[in-house]
Amino acid sequence: MNFVEQFGLSVFGSNDISFLIVVILKILAIVLPLLISVAYLTLAERRVIGLMQLRKGPNIVGPFGLFQPFADALKLMSKETIMPTGANKFLFVIAPMITFVLALIAWAVIPFDEKNVLSDINVGVLYLFAVSSLAVYGVIIAGWASNSKYAFLGALRSAAQMVSYEVSIGLIIISVLLCVGSLNLTDIVLAQKTVWFAIPLLPMFVMFFISTLAETNRAPFDLPEGESELVAGYFVEYSSMSFALFFLGEYANMILMSAFTVILFLGGWLPPFDIYPLNLVPGFLWFVIKVCFILFLFLWVRATTPRYRYDQLMRLGWKIFLPFSLCWVVLTASFLMLFDMLPKSV
Amino acid sequence: MFKKLYFNIKNFFLIEIIRGLMLTLKYFFKKKVTINYPYEKGPISPRFRGEHALRRYPNGEERCIACKLCEAICPAQAIKIEAEPRPDGSRRTTKYDIDMTKCIYCGFCAEACPVDAIVEGPNFEFATETREELFYDKEKLLANGERWEDQIAASLKLDSNYR
Repeated sequence: MNFVEQFGLSVFGSNDISFLIVVILKILAIVLPLLISVAYLTLAERRVIGLMQLRKGPNIVGPFGLFQPFADALKLMSKETIMPTGANKFLFVIAPMITFVLALIAWAVIPFDEKNVLSDINVGVLYLFAVSSLAVYGVIIAGWASNSKYAFLGALRSAAQMVSYEVSIGLIIISVLLCVGSLNLTDIVLAQKTVWFAIPLLPMFVMFFISTLAETNRAPFDLPEGESELVAGYFVEYSSMSFALFFLGEYANMILMSAFTVILFLGGWLPPFDIYPLNLVPGFLWFVIKVCFILFLFLWVRATTPRYRYDQLMRLGWKIFLPFSLCWVVLTASFLMLFDMLPKSV
Repeated sequence: MFKKLYFNIKNFFLIEIIRGLMLTLKYFFKKKVTINYPYEKGPISPRFRGEHALRRYPNGEERCIACKLCEAICPAQAIKIEAEPRPDGSRRTTKYDIDMTKCIYCGFCAEACPVDAIVEGPNFEFATETREELFYDKEKLLANGERWEDQIAASLKLDSNYR
């Protein structure tokens, strides 16, 4: 990036602007591949679920159907945006934007490799947690502003579900943080040099994965969408690009949560073993492979499980995950205290 | 009591979920049953009731003798026939219209026909962009007969033992 700094200095006579340009370039370097991977995640979802149901899935547009996402995008863009009568226009328009932007800004703190992170802040986990909690607003504003009972019910379900699973996610993250002693995401990954946290904290890993399924409203916890009873949930009334923004936001959230899972439990960009052929592969690639694996799990679970009933969902969240994760936090803490393995404060 | 405990333990360790996941993973690698429709087509029976066709005798003469049995039996009243004697004295249709939007593809017309003139051929891909294109006249039906004669004759022969 030295070149860009020199360029900024010579053209604008100040380094602030060059800093701005560098940041904007970095943001583009994160957002563009992210949007493309979102597009291909939708294709991968249709293909994987198709294959698991003995179908082939979309395979006509381009080689192996690889241009299908672009065809879909074109279709969505050429559709008409419909504003329901009685909808609150301002909120109706702003809701998909909130969802989409929140799904994107969270990527600011995700480390793709050692040093390869947009902003290496010390409260990275807190930031991620806060941003993913804010996502509820997009959903509930959309549901309310649509002035439709299906959208409203979907939004209520979604809000309740996201809030309840965030509690256990918080506790699970605490048990990881106890082992690391830092909220910085890079530090969390580096703390897994010896062993990935997925192994000593296996139950937490499984619970975290299930909670992320609930958090991102994915099957088997896709009650807010619930095609069969709520048509499509909180975004029934949306069409064209505003619908696409919800769609993109939802899938970007899925990728984000997978990346978060990878950082917390699967050692981020670290190779499984620090031995010769494995540590030749660049860290970024390891990160991508792990994220793809978690995303495959998302799709795999969707192809396998039927949808939960709402009371079952709440029971699982409040009566099983919450006490169990709480117990595990205490267990981790006491184990670390007992063997004097608590991370030393810097 | 033990049964309940066993059930709860199985639940807690997600045993059934993992078995389900393994099953779907097995199916993930299985051979797919999809037929790539516009490129591949499934087999159809000789009794298949598709698009209508009016047939001719090998010497080129129309089979239809304007008996109007098909018009009479048609439950959807989709067929309309007008007839008068030709100069050579034989009775032939001057008008044979089928409204394909009314037709329910029951095959009664083909069964009623004493000379196997009107038949339902093997073609099922005759979607059109306008409604008017689906009002078939005699010309269109005869053209269909010429186009599909080979397959129609073959399936009639295959099915002849059961008629």
